[in-house]
Amino acid sequence: MDWHTFFHRTRGDSGFKRLLIHVILIAACIVAIYPILRIFTISIRPGDKLLSTDLSIIPKNATLNSYRQVLFGDPATKRKSDFFLWLWNSLLITLTTACIGVILASSAAYAFSRFKFPGRSPGLIFLLTTQMIPAGMLLLPLYMMLTRLKLINTYLGLIIAYSVTSVPFTIWILKGYFDTIPPDLEEAAMIDGTSRLGAFYRVILPLSTPSLAVAFLFNFTSGWSEYLVARVVLQKAAMYTWPLGIFTYAGQYTLAAGRFAAASMLLAVPSMALFLYSSKWLVSGLTLGGVKG
Amino acid sequence: MISLTPQMMSSSFVTVVRFLLLIIAVLALVEITLYTLFHRRPKNLLLGLLALVVTVALGYVFVRRIWPSPAIVQSTKVIYGVAMLLADVGFYWLITRERLSRLGIAYLLLAPAFIGISGLVIYPFAYNVYLAFTNMAMTTIRTYTFSLQNGLNNFRAVFTGVVAHDATFWQVLGRSIAWTVINVVFHVAGGMGLALLLNRKMRFRGIYRTLLVFPWAIPQTIACMALRNEFNFQYGFPNVILRTIGLKPIPWLTDGFWAFVAVVISNVWLGIPFMMVILLGGLQSISSEYYEAAEIDGASGWQQFRHITIPLLRPVTTPSIILGAVWTFNALNVIFLITNGNPQEKTDILVSSLYKAAFDFYRYGFAAAFALVIFAFLFLFSLIYVRASGGLKAAYE
Repeated sequence: MDWHTFFHRTRGDSGFKRLLIHVILIAACIVAIYPILRIFTISIRPGDKLLSTDLSIIPKNATLNSYRQVLFGDPATKRKSDFFLWLWNSLLITLTTACIGVILASSAAYAFSRFKFPGRSPGLIFLLTTQMIPAGMLLLPLYMMLTRLKLINTYLGLIIAYSVTSVPFTIWILKGYFDTIPPDLEEAAMIDGTSRLGAFYRVILPLSTPSLAVAFLFNFTSGWSEYLVARVVLQKAAMYTWPLGIFTYAGQYTLAAGRFAAASMLLAVPSMALFLYSSKWLVSGLTLGGVKG
Repeated sequence: MISLTPQMMSSSFVTVVRFLLLIIAVLALVEITLYTLFHRRPKNLLLGLLALVVTVALGYVFVRRIWPSPAIVQSTKVIYGVAMLLADVGFYWLITRERLSRLGIAYLLLAPAFIGISGLVIYPFAYNVYLAFTNMAMTTIRTYTFSLQNGLNNFRAVFTGVVAHDATFWQVLGRSIAWTVINVVFHVAGGMGLALLLNRKMRFRGIYRTLLVFPWAIPQTIACMALRNEFNFQYGFPNVILRTIGLKPIPWLTDGFWAFVAVVISNVWLGIPFMMVILLGGLQSISSEYYEAAEIDGASGWQQFRHITIPLLRPVTTPSIILGAVWTFNALNVIFLITNGNPQEKTDILVSSLYKAAFDFYRYGFAAAFALVIFAFLFLFSLIYVRASGGLKAAYE
């Protein structure tokens, strides 16, 4: 290999440049994770040192006491733990929302992907427009509607409110996926004697299991940590989802700081693991749905 | 403090399952009706009549249960009846056309989502328009009236009065625009910078990428509440660091300007990873041959970026910038949880003022009018942007 091809083919960076890149990236990583590490730090601080100007990540006399208080309550003050109640409420609501979203959206997405019916492109533009509706704009009329239907302080009320945003966006994501499946597959199945609906259920849905999972996960994560809508719909402590619950901790500055941090860690770690695990598909789903249509 | 008991679990579980089953049953009913109509195109009037009865009955229940004002039902009953009748006749006429009945299956598939969306989006939207023309507030929740004059008053109040307690519409509008522009610029610049750095063969690349995504991965609610505590004057880490290096601590949450800086920093921190991941995906799809060819022609690094990377990334950047701008404009969560618009509403943006007007000050009619104004702005912006960039056309074709 002569110097000329070597120079042009490898596009190698000089040692100094490489070092610089690593330094910048390490700095960026510290900025990205330090605030999260702080939550962890506060969660293991001993009760008398919750407020402190200490910057070390593992504090002196680290203790798991805050975690114990969150999970099992506090025997000293006879405070019972409501952590599992919040978790259960949140799980129930977000899982149901995700189910409804996927059920309603999958068939509509298939229709948008495969048929040229009158009203198709206005329909798609309408779905995009719904994403522009300001948060809180539909909340007021929905709140009135739910009050009239006596659904305030119920699971169903919040499930309905969450479906507002999830259904249109899920249709959009799933349509993007269905578009990438060649129509020949269904045509072959239909020649073999199944109906259009049969082809949808037997060919398309099994083929798009990953995308359905992504849509499910997307709906799940968007409702999972939602705070403001829940605050309006659920006003009774027995109905609280976890964001409402930990806000009651975050609102108090002193003693609850440790409980807030511990509860946050308990919730953040599995949520983040799930997110990181699924982010690859989530992103390809977003870009496929948004870019290629 | 209430803790979870098995009885509570089972009863709440049963409620939700019953609700799911109800939805599935109603959808099945609708689908069966539509299927019989489309596929055994009714030559006899019996089925058509049945459909008529079902729609009218459903519509009646709907009006009785959900319609906002009992007073208004009397005057709209006639209009409603005529509209339903017309809709039914139109529907019947549609399905008996040969060409459309072939597309019947598409409408059959769309029906569930259409019913859902009309109940969840179209109806509330229409109701919001109705509310904007009433003087409904906490004190007039039972005695409010619907009139053009009320609507004009509401819209006038939006543009001339205070939107929540202290700030006027124009101040908040200006701040929302500044908020959106600053955030999106930082998101794109930061995301692009990190994506360019990561888009090469290097050691620890996967680790860096994972760690950099953390602010996006952590539930936003937790991040915002934690950040609010960190902007505490005495104990928050930014001030502790400032003091350690000998600078004056900053009054993050008590000074209007610094509070705005605090929410902007928080939102930039939260938003960069999304842009980074999207842009990195875009960069990786650009073939390296372009750069090799450019290098042979003697193009500098900046020229390659300017003439290869930016144009080829456009299909990725246009939609993600639109989406990012709309999300940022609507980023109520961040403002609400970190400063709640304080001090003196100096950090409120349009959507957070709207939330306050509706749910803290209970000015329902006013808030509805305010919401319509915000929607108009956002819609106009997107329209102009889409026209100007010519993008998104591919998205729906």
